[in-house]
Amino acid sequence: MVSRVSRVLVLLILPILLAACGQSAPREGVVLGMQLEPPGLDPTSGAAGAIDGVVYGNVFEGLTRIHQDGSVQPALARSWTISADGLEYVFHLQPDVRFHDGSLFDASDVKFSLERASAPQSTNAQKGLFVPIEAVEILDPLNVKVVLKYPAGDFLFNMGWGDAVMVDPLSAPHNGTIPVGTGPFRFVDWHKGYAITLQRHDAYWGAPAKSAQIQFVFITDPAAAYAAVLAGDVDGFSAYPAPENLPAFEVDPRFEVVIGATEGETILAINNARAPFGNLLVRRAIAHAINRQEIIDGAMFGRGIPIGSHFSPAHRAYEDLTGMYAYDPSRARVLLAQAGYPDGFTASLKLPPPSYARRGGEILAAQLAKVGITLRIENMEWAQWLDQVFTNKDYDLSIVSHTEPMDIGIYGRDDYYFQYKSAAFKTLMDRLALTNDAAEREAILRVAQRQIAEDSVNGFLFQFAKIGVWDKRLKGMWTDAPIQGENLSEVYFER
Amino acid sequence: MTAWLARRLTSLVLTLLAASLIIFLMIEVLPGDPAAFMMGLNADPQSVAVLREQLGLDAPILARYFTWLGALSHGDFGLSYTYRVPVGDLIVQRLAVSLPLALYALVLSTAFAFPIAVFAAARANKAGDTIIMGITQIGIAIPNFWFAMVLVLIFSIGLQWFSAGGFPGWQGGVLPGLRALTLPALALALPQAAILARIMRAALIETLAEDYVRTARAKGLGKTQVIWRHALRNALIPVLTIIGMQLSFLLAGSIIIENVFFLPGLGRLVFQGIIQRDLVVVKSVVVVLVFAVVMINFLVDLTYVAIDPRLRHEKRGK
Repeated sequence: MVSRVSRVLVLLILPILLAACGQSAPREGVVLGMQLEPPGLDPTSGAAGAIDGVVYGNVFEGLTRIHQDGSVQPALARSWTISADGLEYVFHLQPDVRFHDGSLFDASDVKFSLERASAPQSTNAQKGLFVPIEAVEILDPLNVKVVLKYPAGDFLFNMGWGDAVMVDPLSAPHNGTIPVGTGPFRFVDWHKGYAITLQRHDAYWGAPAKSAQIQFVFITDPAAAYAAVLAGDVDGFSAYPAPENLPAFEVDPRFEVVIGATEGETILAINNARAPFGNLLVRRAIAHAINRQEIIDGAMFGRGIPIGSHFSPAHRAYEDLTGMYAYDPSRARVLLAQAGYPDGFTASLKLPPPSYARRGGEILAAQLAKVGITLRIENMEWAQWLDQVFTNKDYDLSIVSHTEPMDIGIYGRDDYYFQYKSAAFKTLMDRLALTNDAAEREAILRVAQRQIAEDSVNGFLFQFAKIGVWDKRLKGMWTDAPIQGENLSEVYFER
Repeated sequence: MTAWLARRLTSLVLTLLAASLIIFLMIEVLPGDPAAFMMGLNADPQSVAVLREQLGLDAPILARYFTWLGALSHGDFGLSYTYRVPVGDLIVQRLAVSLPLALYALVLSTAFAFPIAVFAAARANKAGDTIIMGITQIGIAIPNFWFAMVLVLIFSIGLQWFSAGGFPGWQGGVLPGLRALTLPALALALPQAAILARIMRAALIETLAEDYVRTARAKGLGKTQVIWRHALRNALIPVLTIIGMQLSFLLAGSIIIENVFFLPGLGRLVFQGIIQRDLVVVKSVVVVLVFAVVMINFLVDLTYVAIDPRLRHEKRGK
């Protein structure tokens, strides 16, 4: 009898034992964890940062590229000349560049890519990048002239965005599922919900990638991410999702923790069109009531740089305005009284899902409560947040990280969800667009930062940190993230 | 029997139709525009409008329901908003993980539950039974995601026998696939096994009070032998009901475990679909799951008839 029971048991549990004994195949190349899976792989359609995270600089390249330090460097355009009036850009293209499917890259692809992105039927999320373009003229296969409607000082930088990469007319419609670019890696396989595999493109025009293969594995759950790194399933995370685990990695000699900067300004978004937030005194009172370091410590476990305006501290034109409204609750109460709210008021705080918003929201509510402002916290999903807060502007306050690089221009948009309307700021942005000189541009950007800080348009909290966690033997990873993607051609695993 | 089958099949189709309408309406009232979601914070409003049109989101509700139902009737689930590939393909890919995982967990849970239940029932209300039932109580109380994390801690991080998650696919062979599913299946199986063991023990104890059991004992069979030879089959009806429910649960309800082990299963597909407002995916997967649950119940009903001849006569009599 006992033998019968055990026979059944052995039969059923055998697979476990077998599975436990089987050896897993040795891993090739580099395996990187990513928290979010991209919805598609076409960076010229859709805004998800995860798209660029996989393909930018790896599969697709633009005329220019944004380097790790944020500078603009040549890519598919090996050089360029700009006319004196700043209206004509002639790009000299790299010769002998081929797409992964073998078709040749030349001036006609540049014309196609730029016109496709700015067409009325385009679903490019950053159409604004292409608005200045008047015409694209093919001079010869390796030279192309872009004529602008007005001088656009940031045009070269903008051509380095993932949304402005070069595509081939034949393969462009399928780039969402089978991306075909000119980059150092070609797309191999997408196991949806699990992983994307890229392989070194041997016919690459530039320096070949150091790794034969890069695999991105999608791990949403922070605890699972932690386990995957510790168990060696992934070699690391370029953007590690759980800052709470960092102390454990920092003391572990097998791993390296690298903290860098992103372009993510995390702000307390204020609906400037809604009472009482239309009142500058109220917005300044809120600014004085915010203790940034407390939020960074509580919501981000100390990782993050305080900011006083909507601008990245990593940028050369950065102006430190964190001292403009020092943390001073009594001053905040005085300002509220002046504004006609001696007893404070009640408002809603609508929070999207990321932990920086949810944790930060709790802390912020406690801080504002000290000056008499009672916040009703409403947690929502992203889609709901986009609908209510972003699109319909049905909100009082919210917390969100604006991850696009150099996006101070959103304060000049009339119908943007902050509902900030300033003719002076718009004039500044118009002047910026017309300015090519680097020093002059910096000067304008500094004035712009100062103006939105003085108008206290939003509560400026902190610059989101790029938290890298990887195996010590993994080399060539980026520290900072000046753009949403990361070129991995220098990355390799030392064995 | 044929009439009974026909009745069951009609109710099956009606259930599916009703479910499709409810699912469609529920998803329609979800707030959030899929197009806005896909385009992000800095998006150009014109691009969002173009995308809405491309996705067919600007058609009236009823028209969209019938278009969807029509396509569904010949197996076309439509294109995923986010992935831009046929949803049918996505579901098939995910089923290649979820179905084996559910079956694996079911096999494990049954493998644990049967001997435990027999052991406990044979010693009803004695020390061994009390201890075993105490343990199963703990098994029910332990949340499976927590148990999953403990398994990862021991077998992946500590012993490094298994990877902490992920699924390499079946193309590398059955064994690597099973290996990847082992910890998740164990995590899913334990609480199920505890429930199953308790139900089965109760059912066995009840049948042990029957006259034929006394007769068998009088013939000189040992208590455990009586259970394996006579009582087990008669106790199977409630057990099968639970197994059927568990299979449905395992198929649809392993979202959390799939997240812990980052497995590309159906649960995560729905979860992702809801978050990204990929409504086509959500609708389709829910319909598939409803279909699966209805089919499982139908099969369980059929097995009742196979196991218990009395039911066969009853059906014929009607």
